[in-house]
Amino acid sequence: MSDKVKVVIDGIEIEVPADFTVLQAAQIAGIDIPTLCYHPDLRTTGNCRVCIVEIEGMPLFQPSCAFKVYSNMKVRTNTPELRKARKMIVELIVSRHNTDCLKCDSNLNCELQNLTDKMNIRDVRFEIQPDFEHPMDNSNIVQRDPSKCVNCGRCIRMCNEIQTVNALEWTGRGYHKMAMTTMEKPLAETACISCGQCINVCPVGALTERDDTEIAWSFIDDPEIHTVVQTAPAIRAGLGEACGLEQGHLSAGKMFAAIKKVGFDKAMDTDFTADLTILEEGTEFLGRVTRAVKDGATDVAFPMFTSCSPGWINFMETFYPELLPNLSTCKSPQQMFGPLAKTYYAEKAGIDPSKIRVVSMMPCTAKKLECARPEMNASGYQDVDVVLTTREFAKMIKTANIDFDKLAEIKPDDPMGISTGAADIFANTGGVMEAALRTVYELVTGDPLTLNFTPVRGLKGIKEADITIEKTAPGYEFLKGVTVKVAVASSTGLARKLLDAVKAGDKTYHFVEIMCCPGGCIGGGGQAKPTSWEIKAKRAAAIYREDESRELRKSHESPAVAQIYKEFLGKPNSHKAHELLHTHYKSKSHLAK
Amino acid sequence: MKFNTKILSTDNVLLKNIGSIDPLKIDDYIAAGGYEALKKAVKMDRKEIIDVVSDSGLRGRGGANFPTGRKWLFTYNTQADQKYLVINADEGEPGTIKDRVLMEGDPHQIIEGMVIAAYAIGATKGFIYIRGEYSDSIKTMNAAIKQAEEKGMLGKNILNSGFDFEMSVAMGGGAYVCGEETALIDSMEGKRGEPRLKPPYPPVEGLFGKPTIVNNVETIVNVPHIIAKGGEWFRSLGASCSPGTKLFMLSGDVNEPGIVETPVDLSFEEVINKFGKGVTGGKVKFAQIGGSSGNIFTPEMLKKVWTYERCCEFKVSYGTGSIFVCNEERGIVDHLLTVAEFFEHESCGKCTPCREGTHRVREIMEKFAYGEGTVSDLELLNELCHVMKRSPICGLGQACVNPVLDAIEHYKNEILAN
Repeated sequence: MSDKVKVVIDGIEIEVPADFTVLQAAQIAGIDIPTLCYHPDLRTTGNCRVCIVEIEGMPLFQPSCAFKVYSNMKVRTNTPELRKARKMIVELIVSRHNTDCLKCDSNLNCELQNLTDKMNIRDVRFEIQPDFEHPMDNSNIVQRDPSKCVNCGRCIRMCNEIQTVNALEWTGRGYHKMAMTTMEKPLAETACISCGQCINVCPVGALTERDDTEIAWSFIDDPEIHTVVQTAPAIRAGLGEACGLEQGHLSAGKMFAAIKKVGFDKAMDTDFTADLTILEEGTEFLGRVTRAVKDGATDVAFPMFTSCSPGWINFMETFYPELLPNLSTCKSPQQMFGPLAKTYYAEKAGIDPSKIRVVSMMPCTAKKLECARPEMNASGYQDVDVVLTTREFAKMIKTANIDFDKLAEIKPDDPMGISTGAADIFANTGGVMEAALRTVYELVTGDPLTLNFTPVRGLKGIKEADITIEKTAPGYEFLKGVTVKVAVASSTGLARKLLDAVKAGDKTYHFVEIMCCPGGCIGGGGQAKPTSWEIKAKRAAAIYREDESRELRKSHESPAVAQIYKEFLGKPNSHKAHELLHTHYKSKSHLAK
Repeated sequence: MKFNTKILSTDNVLLKNIGSIDPLKIDDYIAAGGYEALKKAVKMDRKEIIDVVSDSGLRGRGGANFPTGRKWLFTYNTQADQKYLVINADEGEPGTIKDRVLMEGDPHQIIEGMVIAAYAIGATKGFIYIRGEYSDSIKTMNAAIKQAEEKGMLGKNILNSGFDFEMSVAMGGGAYVCGEETALIDSMEGKRGEPRLKPPYPPVEGLFGKPTIVNNVETIVNVPHIIAKGGEWFRSLGASCSPGTKLFMLSGDVNEPGIVETPVDLSFEEVINKFGKGVTGGKVKFAQIGGSSGNIFTPEMLKKVWTYERCCEFKVSYGTGSIFVCNEERGIVDHLLTVAEFFEHESCGKCTPCREGTHRVREIMEKFAYGEGTVSDLELLNELCHVMKRSPICGLGQACVNPVLDAIEHYKNEILAN
């Protein structure tokens, strides 16, 4: 239990925990101190100086985001001098910013606009001098416009400290200091894994994703083209928020309705292939386990890592290419959907696959790279034609004049729309693991796994669970008494920690789920801005609510999955399944140098 | 000695050996009485040393004037498995040469002070962070460290005291801002040299997160003398609030530029006339004291004796002790522009008010230099400087506006006449 201290802010006396900052204490007192470089999910650096306050007894203004309270502290947040200082500081920030707001991706959702509005800034007394010297960088999915950078440093903190990718770094000194890429190379030539976390924390529009909405519109507008849309599990708990509704808004039904209203032909669901992934990956895992335990093979690659997160795949290929054999060969649900849409669905619906375009709605920016990987053409065509982030899809919905809230809920289209709750929870960190365990555990023991398997749940940290097989179903007797060690981590920073521990021999696991983005896909680089642990918790809770509302919550119970194996694939890990649904990886370690 | 700074004062304490011993011979230093204070110190109680330094009234000589003993006490009282002593020899303030003179003229005086300080605070590792441009200082210090190790003044079980202390030279990379103690520490850790938020303060959490004392070179060379001769002797020099001697450096329009060691019981006019042999080319118009971030002193102000007490009362400082003299031919705007260009170049860029402010100060100053400045420009400059005085992270942003604000106060008409 933490101690409490009494502080006086703007004459208001309050009691707050002793480890609070002045900013947090002010919030309790109902005072909303403006900030810019501060972000609750990142280390506090206190460099923008927007949040400065006057602390009695201290001659200098202090950053409230960083300064801790002490007993009987007296703080003023809004003296005439402070107001002038804060206004001038924001004017100075604006004086280096490209103020062409009307054409900016962040127009109406911009923290700098919030500041100038909050402070009623009508005039900047310095000549506006945006950085037009450093070039715009559109080399990669994550795109950079230095003329909009406000030097807050959030992107660098995120990339270096949370993701440990180090594709972004400061360059220059003083007036010439700018957030830049490592060695000032175009992002495509750095170790950037396209996770988009930097975009999520950028307060302005200096970092955005490549906008592919025009491609999607061109598909819609072409009468010859048949568009099939798939939607990631995270979208149903993120799209409403991106359309201006509350954080944690949940509606799969409105999501499907929006797809149809925007003009796409079919609204199907990546959840379907998420269930399929469980069957494929569960079978693959049991295959490895059988080889090790029953056949006594000593060269089995453990732990097996999940492979549905392309940012994570990029991270592995760049930093840990020696561990590529450990990755599951399963494609991600998105990339399983693509080839099946252009073969299985095309056949069933009698549509020429060359006229089908698969459009994928994802919370993810790395998936734009994933769909364009040269090997992702098992159908004979590019399996997934375009990926749109949650943010991009929300923009299409607005451009189509749709009031998202007023949409009537509809069901997804057959045959690739049916799914279970196990697929929904893919959106959360721990969800793929839990979904896999729901199927594999029941398969091996004959008993169902506890639903809401909490050992692998939780947004932060590395989670571990040891599952000892006491009872076995027929055919799995060799697993009696075996303890399966699983682990779950999100953010590539924690992934690195886990991988280093595994490589050093400090940790042993058999099955590990890694999601590239902190918190899992609900925290993906393509989700609504702003984002924070608090907001992610609401989205994650919505996903768990969706799972609990479902009649079917285990992947192996999905009738659509049963149907596709019966009619098309044969059985999990079959030859056809391998051709369409499995892949291989390639080292990119030269980018880490 | 390769540099040619003239020592203008006689009867010196800190500068006594310079010119009369070979800095590269430890035996010369010992023959002149060196390392006797260390021998005395290692027989004293550690807390006693801190008390003696505190009682002496020694204040930091890098410009901030913080009581040295009080700073040491923070680190002494902090429990840690490792403590550090770091000597700040970044000497970036324009017009300041004293630390180079001390390093190249009498390196063992520094080492002796460091070992005593380290012993007192409990630091087993020390560094002297020397600005990278001072290649001769670096060579001299490295040679002196080696000699001190060979003589047993550094290393394990120094003078059979049971105290271990090793030190090495750390090099700066060419940034004025790394004279700020936390930027210096970050630079030593291999990061960009940018200041940290304080609190936490280095004596409690500094280099690699450990308790660290950062002292200026001139501060540390006072320590052997205070231990040898006592706090009372130190207080007998100079005024009660400004005990001991201070090194001042005369440059600019002065007949005899050089370094002066004196207690603070003279006016600056007396220093300029007595040691500098007067102002070149006429009468003094102003002097900037304490480097480019120092205050502008008018002729009236120069006539006063600026003890620490008086400095506090009038909210000025003599900083590092650099005295840059300008005669009546000099223009205040020209001078301010040069200063503004310096700070624009040296700002680290971390915080908004300094990164943007130093650039805009230079921009506005340039307007006045070209005769295009207006009254509203001056008003904006004044407001900007006031914001910079209270809002930045570190002393660079806060202090670089001192000359501008002083000039606006005392030389406003001349600025506007431009």
